[in-house]
Amino acid sequence: MNLSVQIGKLRMQNPVTVASGTFGYGAEYARLIDVNQLGAVTVKGIRLNPVPGNPIPRTAEVTSGMLNAIGLQGPGVDGFIKKYWPFLRELKVPTIINIWGTTVEEYAEVARRFDVLGGVGALELNVSCPNIKEGGAQFGTDCKLLSQVVAACRQATTLPLITKMSPNVPNIAVLAKAAEDAGSDALAVTNSFPAMAIDIHTRKPKLANVTGGLTGPAIKPIAIKLVWEAAKAVKIPIIGMGGIQSADDAIEFLMAGATAVAVGTANFYEPQTALQVIAGIRDFMERNKISDVREITGSVQLPQK
Amino acid sequence: MLERTVTIVSHERDAESYFRLVLKAPDVAPLIQPGQFAHVRILPMKDALLRRPFSIFQVGKDTFSILYKNVGKGTDVLSRMRVGEELSVIAPLGNGFTVPKPGGETPLLVAGGYGMAAMFLLAQRSPQKGIVFVGGRRRVDILCEKDFAAIGWEVRAATEDGSHGEKGFVTVPLLAEIKNSKLKTQNLKLFACGPTPMLKAVGKIAEDFNLPAELSMDEHMCCGVGTCLACVIKVKAGDSWEYQRTCTEGPVYDSREIVWEVAK
Repeated sequence: MNLSVQIGKLRMQNPVTVASGTFGYGAEYARLIDVNQLGAVTVKGIRLNPVPGNPIPRTAEVTSGMLNAIGLQGPGVDGFIKKYWPFLRELKVPTIINIWGTTVEEYAEVARRFDVLGGVGALELNVSCPNIKEGGAQFGTDCKLLSQVVAACRQATTLPLITKMSPNVPNIAVLAKAAEDAGSDALAVTNSFPAMAIDIHTRKPKLANVTGGLTGPAIKPIAIKLVWEAAKAVKIPIIGMGGIQSADDAIEFLMAGATAVAVGTANFYEPQTALQVIAGIRDFMERNKISDVREITGSVQLPQK
Repeated sequence: MLERTVTIVSHERDAESYFRLVLKAPDVAPLIQPGQFAHVRILPMKDALLRRPFSIFQVGKDTFSILYKNVGKGTDVLSRMRVGEELSVIAPLGNGFTVPKPGGETPLLVAGGYGMAAMFLLAQRSPQKGIVFVGGRRRVDILCEKDFAAIGWEVRAATEDGSHGEKGFVTVPLLAEIKNSKLKTQNLKLFACGPTPMLKAVGKIAEDFNLPAELSMDEHMCCGVGTCLACVIKVKAGDSWEYQRTCTEGPVYDSREIVWEVAK
């Protein structure tokens, strides 16, 4: 039985990684799960310099999900390499580093820094964070800017590039195609959805940032549709994510057209989720006599017209 | 830290909306230090997904307990769970209080409401007996007096409505004790758990009287293990400050490290 998949040059031993920002830098959960069982570890977003992040409260629980506005708190490239890379470098599974910047040049510079570091599995271009004023989502919602960021990173590195798409666009197919044409090796679909919650007793927003990104099972059906639409538009592989908390959820993403999946918010409440998803995909394949997980990708059967 | 599915062995109403929950967790219990917490997933909740952090109250040979107040969606579902039902816990988490050394400081514990739960294990494991100061709005909010008395600790209560102990905040009897102490002030140490304004007031008293103080900070928490960066507070770092995770670097801090925010 084959569970391995290719994301550009990146080989994953199984199609399950974790969503950036929900797994720290890998070491935190290594005390609770065997991270070497994952397909890849995806770490929290890194830009060139350290980022303090947003004021608190940064998260709020909502029905079947949560809002977050962390503000991409992080140690910067040098801090990451010093503090977190020694652990990640020793893992048997590849690391996908999520990167971002406030200018096209910064994205490229961060990509170059990780290119020369050596041993990185892939870079995920975060062009879709809803919680920062500069950078982030502005690059992911404008076709021309998106093309520029991807092309500049393509110039800067030979590492596989995964463009993490914003859900907040009228037509994801157009942006997906733009990322592919600019040299992206894969797409991650999707980031969190811009959202808001209010405490009716204090009449204040539940997040200090006022708005944040909605994640968790609440967004899954929307994410499934976005994966399905993006998959029809491009030939490059897609990592599907958005509210996955079981193998059934993951298989649904695969059928919609994803080659791999990422477990996100579920890590926060059940750290075993990613490993349970891997085991569950294997069970599903055995029960349905599927010898290669890649057969599931895009296997949704649409009604005949 | 361990993640375990644990069984409820006892679940009783303490007073009004306060409950005592005892969980069988044989390999977790021996690891627990005073001031640490358990991150609990209330399994019957299907649409409210996140774990809830609770200070660990008492520890038995193969059990630990929490003392909680029914304050919202999670604790409401929890309060209706019965003996024999299961919860998922990740515990013990965080850096707890520094237990005084034999012959060392005399601990003065300061608790607000169910913050009292976090102080019991510290009192029990401290070689020197001190005084526990506890504050609450009403008589019913003063918890665990008997538990502390049973281990030989003096309890001084204060209530805002004056229905029990002194009238006013917990800092009233605390300040009186520090000012008139028969104990030598240079050998006192404050330990506190409660609402943020109370912690800030205790921090101020520690500063004014040049006493060491350890404060257990309570922030909105999500993952509990350091990945999500939700539960951060501002902590002094050189001439500036940095955000630290109360779940991982905390929840207990030296009061002098904390950068107090303007009251919310």
